[in-house]
Amino acid sequence: MINFERVSKRYAEGHDALREVSFEIARDDLVFLTGHSGAGKSTLMRLIMLMDRATRGKVMIDGVDLARVARRNIPGHRRDIGVVFQNHQLLFDRPVFDNVALPLIISGYDYREVGRRVRAALDKVGLLNKERAMPLTLSGGEQQRVGIARAVVGRPRILLADEPTGNLDPELSSEIMQLFEAFNQVGVTVLIASHDLALISRLRHRILTLREGRLVQGAACE
Amino acid sequence: MNKPRLEGARQSRTRFADRYNAWLRHHRLSAADSLHRVLSNKLSTLMTFLVIGIALALPVGLNVALDNATQLSAGWDSPSQISLFLRDSVTGEEAAALATELEQRPDISAVQVVTSEDALAEFSALSGFADVLASLEDNPLPNLLLVTPTTGLEGAAVGGLRTKLGERQEVSEAVLDMEWLQRLNSLMELSRRIVMAIGGLLVVGVVLILGNTIRLAIENRREEIVIVKLVGGSNPFVRRPFLYTGLWFGFGGGLVAALLVTLCLWFLRAPVSQLAALYQSDFTLKGLGLMGSLNLLVLGGLLGLAGAWLAVTRHLADIEPR
Ligand SMILES: Nc1ncnc2c1ncn2[C@@H]1O[C@H](COP(=O)(O)OP(=O)(O)OP(=O)(O)O)[C@@H](O)[C@H]1O
Ligand SMILES: [Mg+2]
Repeated sequence: MINFERVSKRYAEGHDALREVSFEIARDDLVFLTGHSGAGKSTLMRLIMLMDRATRGKVMIDGVDLARVARRNIPGHRRDIGVVFQNHQLLFDRPVFDNVALPLIISGYDYREVGRRVRAALDKVGLLNKERAMPLTLSGGEQQRVGIARAVVGRPRILLADEPTGNLDPELSSEIMQLFEAFNQVGVTVLIASHDLALISRLRHRILTLREGRLVQGAACE
Repeated sequence: MNKPRLEGARQSRTRFADRYNAWLRHHRLSAADSLHRVLSNKLSTLMTFLVIGIALALPVGLNVALDNATQLSAGWDSPSQISLFLRDSVTGEEAAALATELEQRPDISAVQVVTSEDALAEFSALSGFADVLASLEDNPLPNLLLVTPTTGLEGAAVGGLRTKLGERQEVSEAVLDMEWLQRLNSLMELSRRIVMAIGGLLVVGVVLILGNTIRLAIENRREEIVIVKLVGGSNPFVRRPFLYTGLWFGFGGGLVAALLVTLCLWFLRAPVSQLAALYQSDFTLKGLGLMGSLNLLVLGGLLGLAGAWLAVTRHLADIEPR
């Protein structure tokens, strides 16, 4: 489903964020991505969702070479991917409901369906009672969960999560991880970047480790 | 919640209708949302409406004024008359015979005979010099024929007719008092062009003002645009609310312009009809009318859309998630 072939990414400043990274993630895999701060985890995810293009190498998603995706097809590509952003990326002038509904509005669901799905997603992350709250009145962890609800509400084929449990207590963290596992069980490909080695090693999934842009562990499929 | 995404062929059959509905739904949502934003920002919205309204009202108002002037002068210019002053030797009977002869011509619709006696009587009645005139031995006034050319005859043809009639031996002088009308007409044509030029400039100004307003709106919502693009919003999707914002601003400006023009006309109505009464005319000012106002509204909307389009194509594509 996600296929990197000797992918390198050099930022304009000359910094190599990724160097010759190759790996493959199968359709119903759940994979963790770890590494020190600055190792290139977010960069790798940005390449998958075409916020950036690889400098060298080939990124394939569901058999499609991303280098061949034209600019105007990027939105469609992104609609197939649910993303939990490291910095939340919420609309702070809209209530929680509207934030979570955004991907559905973009995809053009009718209002009843939107309401139904948004509430189901909020229920899953335990925020059903915050539907009308503004994001700024929420705690960091609650904001993060709004981001998670938004990522899963459109039932994407691929779910990327960049530090989804960064602001959550251990109990909530493992609940959220269970949520991701549940998604994975119905066929969603899940890639989670996380520092929380204790948590992710307990969960017994494949772990990709980046160090200064190089993949040092987990390249092979198990 | 975790239904599989693909539900088979049934889904693809309704897909077009679904997409159409979704498209329509987002149009409604964008229209409502941007209208809400425009109206909730009362003061700055009012300012924008006024600026656009004034800029549109100026040329439109001038144009309405010109239309009124044209209407007024049209009353004068169409049946231009040729006055044939006959020689003193021509008697009243000869004048009447000449009149019937001339009336046969295809380029003349009517000939009115004003005999020298009629003219004298009318003159003495109007002037109040009856006593003086009565004391004159001879009637100093000639017989006069008032010739009305066929309606629709062009100015040059009327001029030709005048020359031809003037060449007849019974006629001492043929007068066509139309030159001032031609001058007036060319003056009006000139004014109309000046108004059009001013209008063109102001229309460009309106588009630029609206473009700038929309640019600011885009700038204010930069973060939101980034997020919408991150979760897969296409350019048309992001564009739509801003286009509607431009449309609403344009409509508002058009409405203000229509109100301003109507207000001005209402303000001028009383003195104008007073003036008209003095000239024994039943002339009344003609306003924009319902159609004119609606056209102004549509024009405003189109200009708003144009301005928004300008801003959106220039600035929206630059905003990409980083
Ligand atoms: N837009 C950018 N322009 C230039 N350099 C960048 C840019 N984004 C990231 N980098 C650099 O690339 C490297 C990898 O960054 P990245 O954000 O992928 O790290 P990360 O593994 O996600 O770190 P963290 O765990 O702190 O989120 C860093 O050294 C960073 O400075
Ligand atoms: Mg990161």
